[in-house]
Amino acid sequence: MNNRMKLEFLSKSSNESFARATVAAFVSQLDPTLSDLSDIRTAVSEAVTNAIIHGYGDETGTVVITCEMDAQNQVTIVVEDHGAGIADLALARTPLYTSRPEMERSGMGFTVMETFMDSVDVWSEEGQGTRVTMTKTIAPPEEASISTPDQAAQ
Amino acid sequence: MQIGFEMQGRTLVARLKGELDHHSAATVREQLEDIIKRQNVKNLIFDFTELGFMDSSGIGVIIGRYKLIHGMGGEVAVSGANAHIDRILALSGIKKLMNVYKNTNLALKAI
Ligand SMILES: Nc1ncnc2c1ncn2[C@@H]1O[C@H](COP(=O)(O)OP(=O)(O)O)[C@@H](O)[C@H]1O
Ligand SMILES: [Mg+2]
Repeated sequence: MNNRMKLEFLSKSSNESFARATVAAFVSQLDPTLSDLSDIRTAVSEAVTNAIIHGYGDETGTVVITCEMDAQNQVTIVVEDHGAGIADLALARTPLYTSRPEMERSGMGFTVMETFMDSVDVWSEEGQGTRVTMTKTIAPPEEASISTPDQAAQ
Repeated sequence: MQIGFEMQGRTLVARLKGELDHHSAATVREQLEDIIKRQNVKNLIFDFTELGFMDSSGIGVIIGRYKLIHGMGGEVAVSGANAHIDRILALSGIKKLMNVYKNTNLALKAI
């Protein structure tokens, strides 16, 4: 199913749940499993939280999410900020690395995104911002198995 | 986010209801710090039976409290996590740090 949406909101932490719920509601058109939907909700939450706390920090900026689905049921989600950017991407993506340990960050955000999505691509430039592109293919819903009278009798 | 607290001896059971993300983590942290300071808490059980969502911000909250409680010689455990939250606990190494139980009754028996 070809479809596309765009969501724009201020970098306030109260928008984290709004953002992941909205993307999940949009993706629901593909009839994903609850597990796929949880994966997407979590990955979006990670990317949006990063944009808010690491991208913008104490400033308020705009976070933009676009979500697209194609005929093969591949969902592409882009989360973008125009905040601080990331100087060392390899370091940032290292499991357990966080630049804000004093905020009790776990450094597991990118690892969660990578685990729960099929692919995670990051573009970033210091002073320009960060764009995280994630994809996941949603398997078409399984056809309900109908047991034949033969099988039912066994 | 709603949190229910209950003392069982010197074990504090914190029942989290709702969604644990960066936004709600601040409230959870504040309320936990407050009750740990006021009560004679030795051990802590995070009861996630009614927690519908958690991202990596939850890991920070759990590990932060673990450092405090463990530093005072107590134990921290997690109970009732759904399959999705359980995956995040495994991924982050929480399960190597503390015990994870099916429900709070089992956790209370073990602590
Ligand atoms: N949108 C962003 N803008 C600036 N820096 C970022 C962004 N996203 C991630 N980072 C950097 O990458 C690090 C790792 O991110 P992550 O794995 O989510 O861990 P955490 O959020 O717990 O620090 C962050 O600590 C931060 O330094
Ligand atoms: Mg993060």
